[in-house]
Amino acid sequence: MQYMCLIYSTEGVGPQPGTPEFGAFMQGYADFGQTVQKAGKFVAGDALQPVSTATSVAVRDGKAETTDGPFAETKEQLGGYYILDCEDLDEAIKYAAMIPSAAHGRVEVRPVMIFD
Amino acid sequence: MLPLSTPKQAIERTVREEWGRILASLVKSIGDFQLAEDSLQEALTVALDNWNKKGLPKSPAAWLLTTARRKAIDRLRRDKNFSSKQKEIAYLMDLENMDKGGRETSASVDDPEIPDKRLEMIFTCCHPALEQKTRIALTLRTLGGLTTEEIAAAFLDRPQAMAQRLVRAKNKIKLAGIPYEIPDMDVLPERISSVLSVIYLIFNEGYSASSGDRPVRSDLCDEAIRLARIITQLLPNEAEVAGLLALMLLHDSRRLTRTDGSGALIALQHQNRRRWDRGKINQGVRLLHDVLPRQHLGPYQLQAAISAVHAQSESWEATDWAQVQALYALLYQITPTPVVRLNQALALSYANSPQEGLHMLREAAGDGVLENYQPFHAAKADLLLRNGQIEEAMNSYRRAIELSDNLSERRFLEQKLDDVSNTPSARWS
Repeated sequence: MQYMCLIYSTEGVGPQPGTPEFGAFMQGYADFGQTVQKAGKFVAGDALQPVSTATSVAVRDGKAETTDGPFAETKEQLGGYYILDCEDLDEAIKYAAMIPSAAHGRVEVRPVMIFD
Repeated sequence: MLPLSTPKQAIERTVREEWGRILASLVKSIGDFQLAEDSLQEALTVALDNWNKKGLPKSPAAWLLTTARRKAIDRLRRDKNFSSKQKEIAYLMDLENMDKGGRETSASVDDPEIPDKRLEMIFTCCHPALEQKTRIALTLRTLGGLTTEEIAAAFLDRPQAMAQRLVRAKNKIKLAGIPYEIPDMDVLPERISSVLSVIYLIFNEGYSASSGDRPVRSDLCDEAIRLARIITQLLPNEAEVAGLLALMLLHDSRRLTRTDGSGALIALQHQNRRRWDRGKINQGVRLLHDVLPRQHLGPYQLQAAISAVHAQSESWEATDWAQVQALYALLYQITPTPVVRLNQALALSYANSPQEGLHMLREAAGDGVLENYQPFHAAKADLLLRNGQIEEAMNSYRRAIELSDNLSERRFLEQKLDDVSNTPSARWS
């Protein structure tokens, strides 16, 4: 089954660029990438630019309305994702817990829908 | 085991005793919770009709399992996505052929060829990805064989709401891929404790309500004990599983003496010990004798051990308070909560002196965490009173009454305060 791991954290919380912790944090992501690649679990994954770069689009009455910012104003922002191919939810949880941001933010694990 | 009489009774008995085992085996082989349950339900309907005409099969449980599997195949074939279900159908057909090749359907479900999948099933039902209340409901439905209506009644929910909760849970299990497996070693301890807390919550739901006028809830105590017995058999090396079973048996031995005629709670101190259930006490104590020497201590075993000291004591006065105190000290090392400390302080006050109990209580309250905790002030009042500090005791009772949000508890405390204010020393001080 494919699971999407949505990585949420509060911007400004957790290791910040320019600190020694940040180096270790990024190394953690590199290691995690290798772990899931080697285990054959990796399908896709990306980090996202900060939420200040977000634009929301909605089409109403045939017209695209564009607004600055994310769809929902919440403290925790989507910062990146992985799609992992796992045996079951327990395995997906095991890998999700290894994502470095899980240590200060949270990872939402969602199964990818299959249309049959 | 009761002799089988009418088909209806036979079905009821089979459902009661074997529902969990049949359903677990069915879910494991079909891989679809809802389909398994629907098929089993359908098999029950067929059984009543068939057994009426042809008499009872040798093993009603095996008969139900086989019939339910066939019903599942029928349902899969009727499914509009028939082509995508070929794999499941082929697997079920294999199972059926194996049954035919080997024996008749007279095989008992105790037969090792029909493996017991209840352990896998309880880990699924108690999965942390499900809400706590859902875990409890699903466990009662799936392993306990309680009907949705019974579960709804036990939790004072509308049957409709409970049915929806169960459907949502089964959907999530399917769509999110919650496995029907015994968890890996690295998460096993944490998952076992999730299972145990579900069972203990079921028990407490029944136990704390047994004073009310909802007799269905005392069934929950029995059910929790039954579930714990099953898990004790399935996980014989887990000391805490046996510890929980012992704890529930020992608590339950006092079921009849915990309340008076009007349903008000009677404190342990004033219970009629001759009416405690000796059978349950002996079972609980035997379990503890077996597991405590293994030295895998945990909170359930320790609480059970404390309960056992009380259960084996002839009277409140004859209680081995030193031992109770020592057990609370151990419990506090594992679960350092104010409640445990408070109980330890009370035990210490009986073992040594009210003064020492007060000292421990003050230490525990040092950082102010207990300031708004009603039981703290009630315990303090009791200790002060026994230490002859009447005026302070009255103040503590007043504080406890202020903090109490439970009517019968408040009445109990007000009575205490009343008693104290009427003692001669209080009048003259």
